Amino acid sequence: MTATDGGTAARRGGRTRSTGWLAALPLLAFVALAFGIPAVALLLGAFTVRDPQSGLSSYSAANVAESLRGNYLATLLSSVRLSALVAVLGAVLGTFLAQAVVTSRLRALREAVLTASGVLANFGGVPLAFVWIATLGNSGVVTKIFGLGESGWSLYTFWGLVMVYMYFSAPLMVLVMTPALDGLRPQWREAAQNSGATAWQFWRHVGIPVLAPALLGGVVLLFGGAFAAYATAQAMVGSTVPLVTLQIADALTGDVLIGHENIALALSLDMIVIAILVMAVYLPLQRRSSRWLR
Amino acid sequence: MAAIATVPEVAPGPAASRPRPRRVRVWRGIVLGVAALYFLVPMAVSFWFTVHTEGKGLSLGAYTRILSTPGFVSSLLLSLGLAAATIVTVLLLTLPAMLAVRLGAPRLRPALELIATLPLVVPPITYVVGIGTALRGGTEALAATPFWATLIAVQDERFPVVLVLAYVVLTLPFAYRSLDAGLRVIDVRTLVEAARNLGASWPHVLLRVIVPNVRSAIASASFLTLALVLGEYTVAALLGYQTFPVWIVTVSGNDGQLSVALSIISLLLIWLLLLTLSGAGRKRQ
Repeated sequence: MTATDGGTAARRGGRTRSTGWLAALPLLAFVALAFGIPAVALLLGAFTVRDPQSGLSSYSAANVAESLRGNYLATLLSSVRLSALVAVLGAVLGTFLAQAVVTSRLRALREAVLTASGVLANFGGVPLAFVWIATLGNSGVVTKIFGLGESGWSLYTFWGLVMVYMYFSAPLMVLVMTPALDGLRPQWREAAQNSGATAWQFWRHVGIPVLAPALLGGVVLLFGGAFAAYATAQAMVGSTVPLVTLQIADALTGDVLIGHENIALALSLDMIVIAILVMAVYLPLQRRSSRWLR
Repeated sequence: MAAIATVPEVAPGPAASRPRPRRVRVWRGIVLGVAALYFLVPMAVSFWFTVHTEGKGLSLGAYTRILSTPGFVSSLLLSLGLAAATIVTVLLLTLPAMLAVRLGAPRLRPALELIATLPLVVPPITYVVGIGTALRGGTEALAATPFWATLIAVQDERFPVVLVLAYVVLTLPFAYRSLDAGLRVIDVRTLVEAARNLGASWPHVLLRVIVPNVRSAIASASFLTLALVLGEYTVAALLGYQTFPVWIVTVSGNDGQLSVALSIISLLLIWLLLLTLSGAGRKRQ
C-alpha cells in the first residue's frame, strides 16, 4: 500500500520526505518493540526492589549496590579477568599466526588457515565444550593416554576455560589481523632497511604503530566475545568457576533469596555497562584503522 | 587481492640482509606447528572419541544413532523453521530501510548504524534477562486485556515467535553489514530512477531491479542468519525452548559419544555454510 502511494508521489516529481521515512518505519518500530521494551524492562527492574512481606515494589539502587558487593563482585571481576586474559593471549597467538601466514609464499597455506579461522571463529557454544571435554576432560582421550588425571589436571578450571576460549578467539584475531598485516607495505620495510634499521626497530617504530588500531580493536572484540560467552562455560564448568554469565543464569532460574529476585537484572546492567565501556574504546579505533589500511 | 600480489615482492628484500630469512622461517615454523597442534588435536581426538569404544573397537554407531534419538527431528525442524522465519523477517525489515536511507532519508543513517551496532554490544544473556522480565511483567499487566492472548501465543512452545523476535535483533548487525556491502557497489539511485522513469512500480523496482543486483549480499546475510540461529543456545535455553542446540545439551547427559558426534557435525555444518558463503561471494566478482 505505502509503496504504491509513495510511487505516485514520486512520479509527480520530487519524493517527499515522508516516503523515505515510511520504508524505514517497520524496522524502527520493530527495534523499539523487540529491543526497546526488554531494555526498558531490564533498566526498571534493576532498580526495583520488592518487599517480601508486603509484596509492594519500590525504586531503589539496592540491587545494583548488592551486585557490586561480595560474591557478586567477585564473579564480575573473575569474568573480566578471564576475558582480559583470553583477549591478550588470543591477540598474541592470532597475530603471530596471521603474520606467519601473510609472510608465507604458499598460497594454499594462506587459504587453508583463513578458511579454518573463519570456521573456528564461529565455532562456539556447547559443541566447543564437548570437543574439549572429549579431548582433555576427566575421561577425555588425551587425559587417559597421558594419565593427566593423576597429576592433578582438570579442564574444568579457570585456566581450562582460558584454553578453550582461545579456540575461537585466536582464529578471530587471525581474521582481524590478516588484512591489517597485508596493508603493511613492503616498501616501508625496505625503506627502513635501507636507512639501516634493524627488524626490531622496524616493528617498534613503523609496524606496531600502524597496526595498533587493528590490534586494539581485535583485543576489544575478543574481550567482548569471551565476556558474553555463556553456553561453553555452562556446559564445561557448571559453577566451579565463578562467572557473571553463570551467576545471572542461576539467579534467573530462581537460585536467589526471596526479595532479591532482581539481582539478575542488576548483574545484567553491570555487564552491559562494562561492555559499553569497552566498546567505546573500539568504535573510534575502528574508524582510525580503516583510514590507515586501504 | 592486490595485497596478495605484493607478498612475493618481499623476496628481494632478504637478499640485501642475509641472516634474516632463516630466522624468520624458524619462528614461522614454530608458530604454525604450535597452532596446528592446538587446533587439530582436539578435532582428531574428538573424532576418535566418537568412533572408538574400549573393548568394542571401531564403529560409526554414534553417528547412525543420531537419527533415531528422540527429539532430533522435532528440534532440528524447530530450529530450521525459526531460521527461515528470522531470515524472511530480517530481510523484509532491513532492505527497505536501507534503500530508504540511500534514496530519501539519509538523515536516518546514524540511527540505522546504531541499531546495527547495539546487539553486538549487549551480551545475549542480558538481552534474555530483559526479554524474560518484559514477558513476565507484560503477562501480569495485561492479564485483563485482549493483548494477553497475543502475549501467550508469542510464547507458544511449538513455534515460539518470541525467539524469532530475539534472533532478528541478534542478526541485525550481520544482515546490515552484508546488505550494506552489497548495496555499496551498485548505484541504487540511478537504478531506481531509471526503472521508475520507465514506469516500473515500486514492488517491481524492489523485486526485479534491486534484489537481483544484491543477490549475493542477500545470500550471505541469509547464511549468516542461518548459522547464528542453528547455533544459538543462550536465548533459547534460558527462555525454555527445545531448539536444536538445547536438545544437544539435553541428550548429552545420557550419551557422551552422541553429543561429541553432534558437535563434530555442527563444526562441519559451519564449514559447509562458510563454503557456500564464499562461493556466493566469488560468483559475483
